[in-house]
Amino acid sequence: MAYDKFDILTSTAVPLPIENVDTDQIIPARFLKATERVGFGDNLFRDWRYNQDNTLKEDFVLNQDKFSGKILVGGKNFGSGSSREHAAWAVYDYGFRCVVSSFFADIFRGNCLNIGVLPVQVSAEFLQKIFDATEADPTTELEVNLKEQNITLLSTGESESFDINGYKKNNMLNGFDDIDYLLNIKKDIETFAESTPL
Amino acid sequence: MSATKTLFDKVWDSHVVHKIQDGPDVLFIDRHMVHEVTSPVAFLGIKNRNIPVMHPEKTFATADHNTPTINQHLPVADPLSANQLRMLEENANEYGISYWGLGHAKNGIVHVVGPEYGITQPGATIVCGDSHTSTHGAFGAIAFGIGTSEVEMVLATQCIMQPKPKRMRININGKMSKGVTPKDVALFIISQLTTSGATGYFVEYAGEIFRDMSMEGRMTVCNLSIEMGARGGMIAPDEKTFEYVKDREFTPKGADWDKAMAYWETLYTDEDAIFDKELTFDGSLIEPMITYGTNPGMGMGISNDIPMANDVQGGATTYQKSLKYMDFNEGDSMMGKPIDFVFLGSCTNGRIEDFRAFASIVKGRKKADNVTAWLVPGSHKVEAAIKDEGILDILTESGFELREPGCSACLAMNDDKVPAGKLAVSTSNRNFEGRQGPGSRTLLASPLVAAAAAVTGKVTDPRELMVELV
Repeated sequence: MAYDKFDILTSTAVPLPIENVDTDQIIPARFLKATERVGFGDNLFRDWRYNQDNTLKEDFVLNQDKFSGKILVGGKNFGSGSSREHAAWAVYDYGFRCVVSSFFADIFRGNCLNIGVLPVQVSAEFLQKIFDATEADPTTELEVNLKEQNITLLSTGESESFDINGYKKNNMLNGFDDIDYLLNIKKDIETFAESTPL
Repeated sequence: MSATKTLFDKVWDSHVVHKIQDGPDVLFIDRHMVHEVTSPVAFLGIKNRNIPVMHPEKTFATADHNTPTINQHLPVADPLSANQLRMLEENANEYGISYWGLGHAKNGIVHVVGPEYGITQPGATIVCGDSHTSTHGAFGAIAFGIGTSEVEMVLATQCIMQPKPKRMRININGKMSKGVTPKDVALFIISQLTTSGATGYFVEYAGEIFRDMSMEGRMTVCNLSIEMGARGGMIAPDEKTFEYVKDREFTPKGADWDKAMAYWETLYTDEDAIFDKELTFDGSLIEPMITYGTNPGMGMGISNDIPMANDVQGGATTYQKSLKYMDFNEGDSMMGKPIDFVFLGSCTNGRIEDFRAFASIVKGRKKADNVTAWLVPGSHKVEAAIKDEGILDILTESGFELREPGCSACLAMNDDKVPAGKLAVSTSNRNFEGRQGPGSRTLLASPLVAAAAAVTGKVTDPRELMVELV
């Protein structure tokens, strides 16, 4: 599925300073029953956002008006657990285009890249600076520059670079997806398939 | 330069169709398993592009995540679940894919039926839109979970694009002590590595403890690889593996078998091969394990006390949040904590060996009155073996009932939900907040620990209930 191009994103951020945020928190399994990719944002962090009687949990960050923006900032090992791409869909559908953490779970990171959400891995120190800055002043803006591969805390000008492989970077800058690439080399794949032993 | 290779390198490298400079490898997939939850949007994708499934004969579909575990002969009551199941059936029929739906004799959890029917084979690349696909690594396959975009890629081109992971080997020698099962070995490893300790790696398990395990036990270990963040885990195939695979419905026969064996016998790590990371543990020190927190890394020997926040890796805030959710305190003993539910099943521990272990403890005892027990076989084949081996009689005699196959309370997508606040001892794979139902609290453990809890109504060391062998 093609997605929006990603170039430079300047936005306030939503801080979630919890480690090991797992995919069951991002989107609980009972909300995986849709057969189309619509509406998952409504249930993003469902059980942290809502009480069992569907009233809001006022102290959760997504329910605090002062925090908003297109960048979600999470603690170490963000997105651990299940392979459900629905977790990345929920993040995207809610309105986030970038997730920042000091460490990502493998499959979640890949899923984000495949649907146009940029995972930005920073050092533990820089992550703490972002948490401190956004919590002290929720209007603090971050700039994520994919082309230059850096993220900047605009209030102080502090910046850090991040890794992404050249292929994925090009995909995100242009809104390309992997299937287009694979379909272009279909002949090679067919030839390869004939030689496989299993 | 030496040409020595790890098992992982041998299988991965032989499946690379194309290498992209500063990018991922294009990896050919031998077996694609599909279930109802992560596939509908992928099928919609190829439909919109108007392209067929490239290799329907390498694709297998089963319904498991969403299915009820009672009255499977009746229509599925939840309209959303019913719709997902219907979609899978329609898609499988439209694209010519084998479909083992609800009520089919071969139905069961995708990672249980794959090996049972010989779809899972050594040296294969196997993917499924489910993180516990790592299970199939027990056969010396490269198997891992993928997202729905990748499911679409495999349907369309039989390939995915992934950077090659780093290699880790975990060596454990020694024998499993009394009361210790493969589940305990896996929970022990995860407790040592944490849930992110193997992220970015593909793990090979090596050493006496894994060699001694049955194929079922190896599946349990590989299944849990993802819980320490690993892409997958694998064990080199041996005689036990070949014996298990032989004569199953989808395994090669005759001359094809000989050809496959010639390949499979090359599947081991060369003596001098280098791993990016290597860890070694003494297996004889592993105890029956139990978790006390909200991720699978928060586990310990059952007789230990819950660690103090200052003594654990990671942030104290997250740790205390986790204990608060569980309603436990630092320094608490787990032993004797009253429990409400027991769940035996899932792709981790829903195989015949797990039911044998459970029955060995409950035999001659009665289910505790305060416990609701859900015993869910991983497949119809497991269910049949439970009956054939007389295990069902033991369970019935002890006051337990057997449910019908499926993922069930492992992720509680169906009606098998543990109510808020209730404490469950579960043989499944995740103890995340609300995993088994909103507000539910989960203790992960082996089938032996689950059985001991089921008959005593509290957390109990199964060794206390085991008959001494003379």
